[in-house]
Amino acid sequence: MMSQKMVEGLVGVFVLAAILALLVLALKVSGLTSFFPGEGFMVTAYFDEAGQLKVRAPVKVAGVQVGEVKSVELDPTTFRALVKMQINKKYNDIPDDSSASIMTAGLLGDNYIAITPMYSKTALANGSQIQYTQPAIILEKLIGQLIYKIGNSGKEEQHEKI
Amino acid sequence: MLTHIVELGKFGINELREFGKAGVLLYRVLICWPNFRKGVPLTLQQVYMEGVLSLLIIVVSSLFIGMVVALQGYHTLAKFGAAQQLGPLVALSVTRELGPVVTAILFAGRAGSAVTAEIGLMKATEQLSSMEMMAVDPFRQIISPRFWGGFISMPLLTLIFNAVAIYGAYLVGVQWLGLDPGVFWANMQDSVDFHLDIVNGILKSVVFGIAVSWIAVYQGYDAKPTSAGIAIATTRSVVYSSLAVLGLDFVLTAMMIRGW
Amino acid sequence: MDNLVEIGQLSFQHENGRAIFDSVDICIPRGKITAIMGPSGTGKTTLLRLVGGQLSPTRGYITVAGRNVHQLSRRALYQLRMQMGMLFQSGGLFTHCNVFENVAFPLREHTRLTDSMIHSLVLMKLQMVGLRGAADLMPNVLSGGMARRVALARAIAMDPELIMYDEPFTGQDPISMGVLIKLIRTLNDALGLTSVIVSHDVQETLSISDYVYIIADGKVVGQGTPQEVQSHPSEQLQQFIKGLPDGPVPFDYPAKRLKDDFLSE
Repeated sequence: MMSQKMVEGLVGVFVLAAILALLVLALKVSGLTSFFPGEGFMVTAYFDEAGQLKVRAPVKVAGVQVGEVKSVELDPTTFRALVKMQINKKYNDIPDDSSASIMTAGLLGDNYIAITPMYSKTALANGSQIQYTQPAIILEKLIGQLIYKIGNSGKEEQHEKI
Repeated sequence: MLTHIVELGKFGINELREFGKAGVLLYRVLICWPNFRKGVPLTLQQVYMEGVLSLLIIVVSSLFIGMVVALQGYHTLAKFGAAQQLGPLVALSVTRELGPVVTAILFAGRAGSAVTAEIGLMKATEQLSSMEMMAVDPFRQIISPRFWGGFISMPLLTLIFNAVAIYGAYLVGVQWLGLDPGVFWANMQDSVDFHLDIVNGILKSVVFGIAVSWIAVYQGYDAKPTSAGIAIATTRSVVYSSLAVLGLDFVLTAMMIRGW
Repeated sequence: MDNLVEIGQLSFQHENGRAIFDSVDICIPRGKITAIMGPSGTGKTTLLRLVGGQLSPTRGYITVAGRNVHQLSRRALYQLRMQMGMLFQSGGLFTHCNVFENVAFPLREHTRLTDSMIHSLVLMKLQMVGLRGAADLMPNVLSGGMARRVALARAIAMDPELIMYDEPFTGQDPISMGVLIKLIRTLNDALGLTSVIVSHDVQETLSISDYVYIIADGKVVGQGTPQEVQSHPSEQLQQFIKGLPDGPVPFDYPAKRLKDDFLSE
C-alpha cells in the first residue's frame, strides 16, 4: 500500500500533466493566442453578396488579422447582408472611409474580410459603418462571365472577317 | 415460432430490468457522494489507480497513433500536393475523434475491467457484506470513489492523449518527413478552433467517462459471485463500454458537427 | 432475563418464489449463546441477514433491543449495526489491507480515536483471539482458521452487544475447531455478549450453547437446552442430531422404480 502522500503527489503530477497538455493544445495547436476577443469595438458593413463568410472569420488589414466577424444577417429592408465585426481596440486609427471586401483565402479556402485603408482623418470607432464594400466573388458567376466573353470575342472575330 | 417471440420478449424485459438496476446504482452513487473528509482521499486513491496507472498505455498508444496517422496522411496528401495540410489533418482527427474514443476504449480495457473485477470479487468474498454489517456503506466506501475516479481521470487522460499524439505527428511530419515546422504549426492553428474542436473533444471524453465508469461499476456490483460470473462480468464491462463509447460518439458527433 | 432479539412469525420468500421461512418464532436471550441449527440449505445464513437488516421479511417482524429492524431509517439501521458484529463463513477480510488494518477498519470509520489509541485497541482485540503477532500479515497468507479469528477480532472491535457466527466450525481442523470453541465461549462470558451461532456441526455447537433451535423445511422443528434436544423424541430431530444417514430425510433421492431404470431401453 503506497503511502497517502505518495498517492496524492502522483495524482497531482497527473493533473498537472493534463493541464499542461491542455495549454499546449490551446496555444500551439489551436492558436488561441492569435485573437483574444473581448476588448474591441463593433463596426458594421453592408454587402451585396456575403458568399461563404462565416461567423468568427478573420478581419484583416494588409493581411494582418485585426478582428473577427461577429454576425452575418439579412437586412429586411434593403435585402443586403449586414455584417457586424469586432475589431481589436488597439487598431483605433483605421480611416473611416476604408473599403471592406470579402476575399477568399487561397483558391478554395474560407472567406474573410479585407479592409483596405483610405485617407480620411477620422478613424473607425464603435458603431461606425463602412460605406464602401465589395461583394464576395462567386466562382460560378465568374465562369459565366468568362464563357460569355469568350463567346463574344469569337463572334467579334467572325464579324471582322466578314 | 411463438416460443421464439416469447424468448425475445423475456430477453427484452430482462434487459430493461438490468437497465433499471443500473439506473438505481447510478442514483445511489451520485447521492452517496463520499463525504469530504473521508471521501476525498478514497477518490484520490482511485484517481491514482485508474488514471495514473493508465498513463503508460495511453501515452504509448497515443504516440504511435499520432505517428501512424501522420505517416499515412502524408503519403495520401502528398499525391494531391497538399502535404502542408498534414498538421490540420492530424490535429482535427485526434482532438475531435481519435483522442476521446481511443482513450475511452483503452481506459475501459485497462481500468474499467480492473474496477469490475475488483468490485465483483469483493462482492463474491463477502467483503461488501461484512462492510455493510460493520455499518459502513459500501457505496460510499468502495463503489462511489471508483466511479468518480474514472469520471475525473478520463478527461485528463484524453488531454494527455491529444497532446502526445500531435507531438508524435510532429515527430514524423517534421523531423522525419521534412515538412517545414512553421507551416506545420501555422496551418494547424488556422484550422483548429479551440471551442469547436478541443473543447468538444473534452466534452466527449467527459460523457465517455461517465458511461465507462458507470458500466464498469455496475457490472462489478451485479456480477454473480462465482469465478465464471466474474469473468463474464469483466468481459461484459469491456464490451459494453466499447460499444457504448462508439455509439455515443456517433450521437455526439452528429450533435456537434455544425458547432452546436 | 430479557431477549435481545425477538423474531416473530417470520416468513421469507426468495425472488423466485422459494419459501425459506414459514412463520418462525425465535427468541435470543441476552448474555447467552443461542444456536440455530438445521440441514444445509434451510436458509440459516438468510436468517442472519434478516436480523442484520440486509434482507426484508415477506411477513413477520424482527426486533433487536426492542426496535423493529425493518422499520428503522437508514441512519438508525446503521447505528444499530454498530452494536452487532457478524462473522461470515469466509471471514470476509479485506484483501487489500493487512490484518492490523482490517481490525482497525471499523474503528477508523466510526470513531475519532487517535492513531495510538486505535493501535492499542487493535492489538488488544488481536490478543483476545491470540493473533497479536500476526498483525502485519496480509490475509492471503493466513490459514482459514486464522482468517476467521482475525474476522472475529474485527467483529468485536466496536464492542458490540450481539455477535452472530455464520457456520464458524465448517471445514476446520480439530485444533482450529477447539480454538474457536474456546474463543466463542470465553468472549461471550468475558465481554457479556449475546452470541448466535448458525451451524450444522452438531457436537461442537451443542457443547457450548445455552439454548438451541432446530430449523428444517422453513419451520422450527425443535428447541430447548442441549440436553433437552438430545433426548427429544422427534425422529427428524434424532436423525439430525445423531447424523443418521437414513430416516425422515431419506437416503435415496426420489427416482423411478428400480426395474424401470435398469431394465427398460
